[in-house]
Amino acid sequence: MNNKTLVIWFGFFSGICFVSFASGASQEFPVSPPPITEGMFPCSSCHASMEVNRQKRELKDEHSNIKLHHAETMRWCLDCHDARNRDKLRLYNGELINFTESYRLCGECHGNVYRDWRAGIHGKRTGYFAGGKRTYLLCAHCHDPHDPAYRPIKPEPPPLKPLEGRAGHFLKNR
Amino acid sequence: MREKDYTRREFMRNLSLTALGSLSLPIFFSACSKQEKEDFLQKHFKEMSEEEKRHVIAKLEQRYLEQYGKKFHISTQEAVPGTLWGYGLELSKCIGCRRCVYACVKENNNSRVSPQLHWIRVLRLKRGNLINLEDSEHYYDPEMVPEKGYVYLPVQCQQCEDPPCVKVCPVHATWKEPDGIVVVDYNWCIGCRYCIAACPYKGRVFNWAEPNIPKEELNPSVHYLGNRPRMKSTVDKCTFCIQRVRSGRYPACVEACPTGTRKFGNLLDPKSEIRYLIENKRVFRLKEDLGTEPKFYYFFES
Repeated sequence: MNNKTLVIWFGFFSGICFVSFASGASQEFPVSPPPITEGMFPCSSCHASMEVNRQKRELKDEHSNIKLHHAETMRWCLDCHDARNRDKLRLYNGELINFTESYRLCGECHGNVYRDWRAGIHGKRTGYFAGGKRTYLLCAHCHDPHDPAYRPIKPEPPPLKPLEGRAGHFLKNR
Repeated sequence: MREKDYTRREFMRNLSLTALGSLSLPIFFSACSKQEKEDFLQKHFKEMSEEEKRHVIAKLEQRYLEQYGKKFHISTQEAVPGTLWGYGLELSKCIGCRRCVYACVKENNNSRVSPQLHWIRVLRLKRGNLINLEDSEHYYDPEMVPEKGYVYLPVQCQQCEDPPCVKVCPVHATWKEPDGIVVVDYNWCIGCRYCIAACPYKGRVFNWAEPNIPKEELNPSVHYLGNRPRMKSTVDKCTFCIQRVRSGRYPACVEACPTGTRKFGNLLDPKSEIRYLIENKRVFRLKEDLGTEPKFYYFFES
């Protein structure tokens, strides 16, 4: 092997290393348990004995609560859930991942949000930012993957107006 | 012009006033309780020796135990070297739900009613009207948030690098710590409220009466300069949860926010979340033209 080939091989391998580090797959994110409805997991306990039906259709017997509002014209269950192993999610390249790593699947389309999430800017982290355990929330903790728009919530009560807060107190007790 | 000489009358008046004053001091001390006497003679926090701090902490812990029936842990932890705290808040995500407001009240042992003291005020503004803060509303109370056509702007102490509140305090009861947190020595505060008038962000509140906290909701893990239960006639304010951040924990409002709007980190650490957002997002600070140099960055999704 001459020097030129060596240089090319070196370049190739360092490129592989760079890509794998840059992809973020090598980084680990401690997350809270995925928000799966109780009693649903493992999915294979029902699906293992069922035949795979790739037909896009309205679900009537099970999962009838799921209304797909997430680019539904071009997507179906099996784009994200693996057909053969229902306990896993499936990336574009065919790699199977656990529900605890679902951010990698979301990141395939939402790349800029994924980048912010990894940096701790999109989404929420709790615990210790230094010298202790820090927990990430998964995308699915806030956005239902089947219908990801954030739902409105009830606000906490407004502050008391000055009269209610102080003078009002005395007036009431007079 | 020559100064007027003292007349005999004036001399007699001053003499009697001095005598009255020196006589009344022992009377004052005999009239107040031992506790009040100790508090009155207590030094400024920054002038206390380690021994004196320990004594004061022990005294306070004992007092809280008697008053609230709870064992408190009062920390006097100093600023961690190499830290300068900064805060980030994403306006495109805030939905105005006020979870932060009440998490803050609970964490920091604020008085609940009469007086009701909130360190965070969530302003509601018409979309497209962000610069006119005088048109904001903070008593909004809809069924559900976010409302269409509005943005929400939570405001709390901005931990200015050049804080006007510190400048105006006539007794140096408030100052900026080395990690950038503006704190108050509640015992040294005389309650003149100059700082409240000076703050352009309405970041400070006043204990008009003895605080009103349900005993079972007290947070016993406190910092002397932060969330220890206060007394009547002192000013208090957000300290970025000094009791939490100095040991590496996120502030309570950051953890309470359901949308992940609130970010926190060390401005001196290039890998921190706050540095990432300053470098990658469009940030602004409130009332930058006043030159107060807040360490509280608002930002947008870009």
